[in-house]
Amino acid sequence: MKTINRDSLIQTVRNMVIQAATILNPLVIQKLKDAEKQETSSLAKNVLKSICDNAAIAKNDNIPMCQDTGVAVFFLHIGNELFFPYSLYEAIQEGTRQGYLDGYLRKSVVAHPLERINTKDNTPAIIHTELAMGDTLDICFAAKGAGSENMSRLTMLTPADGEKGVKDFVLETIRLAGGKPCPPIIVGIGIGGNFEKCAYLAKTALMRPLDDEAANPIDRRLENELLEAINALGIGPMAFGGKTTCLQVKVNSYPCHIASLPVAVNIQCHAARETHVILKGEDL
Amino acid sequence: MRHLQTPIDEATRLALRVGEEVMLSGIIYTARDQAHKRLVESLNKQEPLPFQFAGQVVYYTGPTPAKLGHPIGSCGPTSSYRMDPYSIILMNAGLKIMIGKGNRSEEFRRSLIQTKSVYLVAVGGIGALLSKTVKTAKLIAYPDLQSEAVVEFEVENFPVIVATDSVGNDLFDRSN
Ligand code: SF4
Repeated sequence: MKTINRDSLIQTVRNMVIQAATILNPLVIQKLKDAEKQETSSLAKNVLKSICDNAAIAKNDNIPMCQDTGVAVFFLHIGNELFFPYSLYEAIQEGTRQGYLDGYLRKSVVAHPLERINTKDNTPAIIHTELAMGDTLDICFAAKGAGSENMSRLTMLTPADGEKGVKDFVLETIRLAGGKPCPPIIVGIGIGGNFEKCAYLAKTALMRPLDDEAANPIDRRLENELLEAINALGIGPMAFGGKTTCLQVKVNSYPCHIASLPVAVNIQCHAARETHVILKGEDL
Repeated sequence: MRHLQTPIDEATRLALRVGEEVMLSGIIYTARDQAHKRLVESLNKQEPLPFQFAGQVVYYTGPTPAKLGHPIGSCGPTSSYRMDPYSIILMNAGLKIMIGKGNRSEEFRRSLIQTKSVYLVAVGGIGALLSKTVKTAKLIAYPDLQSEAVVEFEVENFPVIVATDSVGNDLFDRSN
């Protein structure tokens, strides 16, 4: 049996939250720079350049790259050799609270969706847990802004709709979103499972490294074909028109019922704020 | 590139054309979802407004808290469509220049044309860069709304693009 010290876990979570808000993934920056060279309109070029300039300012000044510092979402993979003599959930919430307060991040969570009273520390975070083998705690954090999250959609297609139905739904979602999710975007797609599994597939697709490819050959082909089809829409950076609407498409699939074909599209803006840390268990 | 000083008079506003890049300097007022709701409530109850609308500019943003030595935190635009139902009422009450991001409803555009208003957009997700153009920030209404309170920004060369001009030409028509 191994464990992870509660205080160091809280400290880690706090730092992950602040780092995600202020430092943009270098892979995203590289893609934005490549895209800037591809664009011909000055409006599109300027947008892409501004986003890169903004990332540099945020990093240097240690301020959030975007004012919507999001809802905190965690994906935990908990090793089966770990023992927690405290509430893991509460420790994550405490780290979130400290990160949003100490990092001067925006508190964007209301306690009840209809009453809408701010919780003032951005908790509660949304925490997903999965079990894994081994003695490590794998923590993925995403700060998910509402601009792109609000444009995400899920539908239950029928098997007859097939691949064409999936593609049409994805393209319709991107078209409806227009400039609202701050394109260029990254698109996470879930296919299969059931209603809630499908949404989870789409979200975890976004958590994959930006430069990897889906393991399944059908999903991989869809990633490439959909990236091309989305960029052919011409929406462009901030929907000002151009070639760069989407930087990457990620597809995750899962087996499903003989009568079902669920599809979920989760949109991520260019401010793709994610951090990933693996903590190793120590002897109890 | 056109440079404009706020408040903006009618002739200048009507001369703005879709797609034009503009640098704004002077006072602009922040307001987003909950502040809009309250502004409309005040209008309905004929209560005084936190600022006079004539010639003024409203910016849809909810900044991050200011760090020591900074007037404001990150402060990029939020999606405008959520303000559409309120904006229609505010435009009729004399508020004619708004800054946000993304496309808006047909109803909004109709009211915009009727009231000869102008919709400007800033680039979304560059709140750190935009914060550099804010010289001072003064809280003027609804402090309980925290990041959604109305704050008076004094900006210098705040970059915007004309998304919908006063006759209804729309930047997003080309792509959507
Ligand atoms: S969509 Fe993303 S980049 Fe745009 S304002 Fe929201 S969080 Fe920021």
